[in-house]
Amino acid sequence: MQWWMAALLLAALAVPIGLLYKPLGNYIAWVFTSPDHWRPERWVYKLIGVNPDREHTWHSYLRAVLVFSAVGFLLLYIMQRLQMWLPYSLGLPAVSPDVAFNTAASFVGNTNWQAYSPEKTMGYTVQMAGLTVQMFVSGAVGICVSMALTRGIAYHKRGTLGNFWVDLVRAVFRILLPAAIIASVILLTAGAIQNFAGFTTVSTVAGGTQVIPGGPAASQEAIKMLATNGGSFFNANSAHPFENPTPWENLFQVFMLVLFPFSMPRTFGKIVGDHRMGYVILATMATLFVIAYVSITAAELSASGTAPQLAGASMEGKEQRIGIIGSTLFTTATTGTSGGATNSMHSSYTSIGGMVAMLHMVLGEISPGGVGSGLYTMLVMVLLGVFLTGLLLGRAPVFLGKRLGVTEIKLVGIFILVLPVLALGGFGISMAIPPVRAEITNLSMSTGGPHGISEAIYAFISVSVNNGSDFAGFNANTPYLDTVFGILILLGRFIPIALVLALAGSFANQGRATSRASELPLHRPQFVLWLVILILYIAIPTFIPVLLVGPLAEGLH
Amino acid sequence: MHQTGRSILIAVRLMIVFIVVLGIAYPLLITGIGQAFFHSKANGSLLQDRNGQTVGSALLGQSFSDAQGNPLPQYFQPRPSAVNYDGSDSGGSNQGPENPALIADITQRKAQIAAFNGVPESEVPPDAVTASGSGLDPDISPAYAAIQVNRVAKARGLSVDQVQALVAKYTTGPDLGFIGESRVNVVQLNLALDELR
Repeated sequence: MQWWMAALLLAALAVPIGLLYKPLGNYIAWVFTSPDHWRPERWVYKLIGVNPDREHTWHSYLRAVLVFSAVGFLLLYIMQRLQMWLPYSLGLPAVSPDVAFNTAASFVGNTNWQAYSPEKTMGYTVQMAGLTVQMFVSGAVGICVSMALTRGIAYHKRGTLGNFWVDLVRAVFRILLPAAIIASVILLTAGAIQNFAGFTTVSTVAGGTQVIPGGPAASQEAIKMLATNGGSFFNANSAHPFENPTPWENLFQVFMLVLFPFSMPRTFGKIVGDHRMGYVILATMATLFVIAYVSITAAELSASGTAPQLAGASMEGKEQRIGIIGSTLFTTATTGTSGGATNSMHSSYTSIGGMVAMLHMVLGEISPGGVGSGLYTMLVMVLLGVFLTGLLLGRAPVFLGKRLGVTEIKLVGIFILVLPVLALGGFGISMAIPPVRAEITNLSMSTGGPHGISEAIYAFISVSVNNGSDFAGFNANTPYLDTVFGILILLGRFIPIALVLALAGSFANQGRATSRASELPLHRPQFVLWLVILILYIAIPTFIPVLLVGPLAEGLH
Repeated sequence: MHQTGRSILIAVRLMIVFIVVLGIAYPLLITGIGQAFFHSKANGSLLQDRNGQTVGSALLGQSFSDAQGNPLPQYFQPRPSAVNYDGSDSGGSNQGPENPALIADITQRKAQIAAFNGVPESEVPPDAVTASGSGLDPDISPAYAAIQVNRVAKARGLSVDQVQALVAKYTTGPDLGFIGESRVNVVQLNLALDELR
């Protein structure tokens, strides 16, 4: 019975996504290929002093990405530090330097790791003018980078990748802002709040008192999901009834989270002129998504573990209206994208359910991944797949007319190493420094034993892969972890971006390598299966040792 | 270096444009739409009692215990809350499946709820003994409502049928029959019980 429900819920998600795949993917492709600038866009270009028809080489494109992100980072940091002087700060003081650093890195890096409790830390001005703005633009930056790589593959001997400023302005004004306005209105119909009321104290039905929070939550919620951010207005994130009041809205939230990432393969196919490759990427993303959904749902429905067995179901940390299946679908989507929003507390999941969430993140967020980042990360995996196929078949590895030479494969190799080096290296080094280990085990972990280790591993993976979800019992708000996590987020975001742009630049300089006839057979289902196995095989063994001492040990309890 | 300097200038100007449009105009537009067309919902689906006094929100659970924390028998009891239904905070217990404190809590809640409602422990449903993710869950399962009906009816001197009719009124099935779970809104139900008087 419950499995039927789970299948229906997945179908209710898959049908609208499937129907929108072509029109939305084509629309995004048009946004990034149309030579015409809209009049308001021209005003913006004039105001900021940009010639929109001048194209960037990969060096200039990367420089623009980094400069823009650095400026955004500084502004967000300053805004938090000056909070007490901003309007609608709700009497909250300036955010402490380490939390402000961590938060600025986290929102600029599209991670939205939240070391703070929003209700108690951030006033309305910082939430709106600071955090909400970065939710738009950090997502837009991801889209821009994926489009630069797409153009690098589509262009021959052109050398340039488009204009970053134009891409950014279009991603925001033609894609994310209209979508966010529509989504906000839909959220309002469900009952998400949008006001400036602050906190009101009421006398309850039974004669006690209760504080009722206010705030512009719906507008932030819309972009939090659409741009796979995850930075919530409330501490409970999407479990909070003011953000996620009804079961259908819960499904709509999942829809928002995966909408753009699942449509971007179409955009890629359209721009490079090969729709079948779009379907190959979509099929790989969807297969991994379904594997994760089935695994997490099976783990939660099994209710294994002492506490779930005792209670009769794995309902700790889950909402009654959403239920177990609505929670596992959301968790699948949030760990497969760079979402990081949570509608149920991952920390209270069964040990296997929590472990699958971690494994889903370490695939690199490609099922379907963040807006933009999902596409470029998946393309890197496709390139690796093509290279290995070429080796197996004894043919030159060529992808859509582009030769994969030594430089390209080096870039792909380094890209794949970034996540394990940051997550496992960061965790390993931190635990090897005695005072830091003492602080993490005594102060940060909510409990000893394997669950404490799981909390810490989850956190290191989540920040390194720019996810932002957590085992929330873990107290990451210490000066050491705020700093290290901020640095890991920035490295985990911008090293891959730099590598992808270098790759794009190298492709854009190449001419067409061979005739189509001698290309590898990349459009068959076998290649999808090969990619799925390859992705699982690269990610999972790397993380098995650390999972053994965390969730697997807990499961054997 | 010249290039970088120029880029910084562009980035600063563009960020100002974005702050004005995305950080100020966009939330204000949505606030305007919300306040104009979804007034009650945008302000938190607040509930008023007979006297027009605001007593809470239909979306946020609240405590139905006395000052000492003992559950009041004349009210349907909500799920346990890790933040004691404090709306200025929100969140779950985040305790893992093998956490001894969680195991002890569930054991104790189960015994207490069974005794309080006069039913065997096997009839206490999962949602009754587990804290929600938000700590503000306004709903309980129909199964948890069912074991509380007799106790509430007795404490209020009402017939079981009267109470059951109200429970049915505030019970919602899954959206479209398959999205989400069946649930009973405890806050609205208890408010309606009080209004009966």
